[in-house]
Amino acid sequence: MDYKKMVKTGLACAVLSMTAGVVLAQDSVAPSYYEALKGKKVGFVPISMGFDLTQGWLAGMQRQADDLGYEIIVRDPNWSVESGIQAITSLIEEAPDLLVIQNNDNQSYNRLVQQAAAAGIPVIQVQQSVETKSDAYIGPDWYRIGTVTAQALVDKCGAGTSGKIAVVEGATAAPASILMKQGIEDLVAKNPGVTIVSSQAADWDASKAFAITATVLQQNPDLCGIAGFWDVADTGTAGAIREAGLEGKVVLATSGGGSREAGCAKVESGEFSVYNSYNVAGQARDLNDAIKMLLQAKLPAGSAPFALLSPLVQITKDNMTPSSCWTLDEIGKSGG
Amino acid sequence: MSGGNRRGRIGQEQIILAIAIVVFGVFSVLIRDFLSAGNIVSMVQSVSVLGILGLGMAITILGRGIDLSMVASMSVAIAWMLVQLNAGAPLAQALPMAIAFSVMVGILNGILVAYVEIPAIFATLAMGVTVYGFGKYFLVESDVNHLPEAWRWLADLVAARPLGLPVPVIAFLGCAALAHLALRYLRDGRFIYAMGDNPEAARTTGVPVRSMMVLQYVISALIALLAGLIMTMLVASMNTRIVSGTLVYDVILVVVLGGISLSGGRGGILSVVVGTLLIGIMLNGMTMLNLTFTAQNVIKALILLFALVLDTLINPRDEQTAQQGDI
Repeated sequence: MDYKKMVKTGLACAVLSMTAGVVLAQDSVAPSYYEALKGKKVGFVPISMGFDLTQGWLAGMQRQADDLGYEIIVRDPNWSVESGIQAITSLIEEAPDLLVIQNNDNQSYNRLVQQAAAAGIPVIQVQQSVETKSDAYIGPDWYRIGTVTAQALVDKCGAGTSGKIAVVEGATAAPASILMKQGIEDLVAKNPGVTIVSSQAADWDASKAFAITATVLQQNPDLCGIAGFWDVADTGTAGAIREAGLEGKVVLATSGGGSREAGCAKVESGEFSVYNSYNVAGQARDLNDAIKMLLQAKLPAGSAPFALLSPLVQITKDNMTPSSCWTLDEIGKSGG
Repeated sequence: MSGGNRRGRIGQEQIILAIAIVVFGVFSVLIRDFLSAGNIVSMVQSVSVLGILGLGMAITILGRGIDLSMVASMSVAIAWMLVQLNAGAPLAQALPMAIAFSVMVGILNGILVAYVEIPAIFATLAMGVTVYGFGKYFLVESDVNHLPEAWRWLADLVAARPLGLPVPVIAFLGCAALAHLALRYLRDGRFIYAMGDNPEAARTTGVPVRSMMVLQYVISALIALLAGLIMTMLVASMNTRIVSGTLVYDVILVVVLGGISLSGGRGGILSVVVGTLLIGIMLNGMTMLNLTFTAQNVIKALILLFALVLDTLINPRDEQTAQQGDI
């Protein structure tokens, strides 16, 4: 091989390897990823803004939207189903690229979910699902929360106690409440040592939870435990236990979104004995993942429904760490 | 212009009292422990916030007004106080600010009704919406506002029982006694009855009707604030969502149930106490019987309807008892 040929070959090799290098550096993922998300519009209709769950989800979703250059359009129906229906209807008219809706129940938005799919808009349902399955459901397995809550009470209200427990429900018509109650009843039925002495709906309201609990404690001063359905309402349940001078004697097991104020602070102060968190910070991440997946996959709306059930974290005084719960500030800065 | 019923006549107050006694009797037969002292105290406690709100509402209704903004001003003022406490402000700052806010709402209500001459039902309805909107936009970001841990002792106070009674019960009975005495024996109290009975005649006889109306709404706003404080002590939080609930109607219910006429000037504080007690007895008994939410609502509605029918039968309406503006 003469000198010239060697140089030529060397050059060819160099050129080849350089081109190969360019090919390797050309990312096959990122450009199309950013493109699929940039400039998109995502409609968000919660049951109401202004409480820890919806604020947490939005903080997480907004952070990702700002990062990736798409827009979140929030319509706040302020607890009104009618306003919610109007908001979703007008959003369907505006044809966003995706809708995220939080249901009040398993009926009201049913037709709207179908309409959105017919209009080609993918829908993510959060926290509660209507009968029609849409592209994604993100939220807890309510039945399981019921069984887990009841199990905590069964563990603490066995032999040597009265075995009496009370249930402070949410709203009687809400599927989340119905499923949790079913979970509790099924588990208690398997444990003959434990009996439900009272099961009353507090309508997710702390004052009503207080009144119910105060009465139940009068009737059953030897009550062993209470199954609560939501941390916010159960500040009232805890208030009634405190007022009756039974703090530390009556076990209160409840669940919620895991905000530091509503959850861990109450575990730390001893008001909640067992707290099952469905972790809104994690749900925000799930929402963001589902948004990214659906906007990239571009499947026909409603064609491949999936669910991401929120993993439960059981928090007690013994296992609680500074990161067991979240604050809105943290999600806004680094969550989602 | 008398606050009570004419001697010898059976008024709605007596009817409701009788029904309350009957319901109480039925529950004490049906339910073990219903008659325990502890349960009776807890029965009154569970409706004390409702009762305190009812006192404020009663004062405005007696003066031929109504305050539909009570629940909104209560929840926003208290939530704002909690927001300030959570931000590290001392109670000595947060509480006076909440009081100032309530007084402001009362004055605005009074001006709208007395000077702009908007009917109270519309003025206070609009004020309620405005207060809530203003509060949610400028003062309180979240619906649920928790009492910070540093102020937990405020909630713990509720477990203390001065005079052997819970603080909310003392507050309710104390306020009721004060309101009763003020309406009956103070000049301004008699003025309120006079205004409610016949505003034109009251003005002609020299009652400062307009400024009395402003005073009336300031009082109802302050009473609402007190009810909010008690509520916060009980549940260690304030949820502004109660504004969109039925609380304000429940308050009107206990007022009207006991026999305070919506057209003003008739009825007294005892009516509120009796109406509140009936609701308290029913809530407590039905909870002890572990009735479902729906069954409770049906029974509650039936008993209330029964009370109204009985009142109409015993006191039929005629030209003399009907008043202009009676709803």
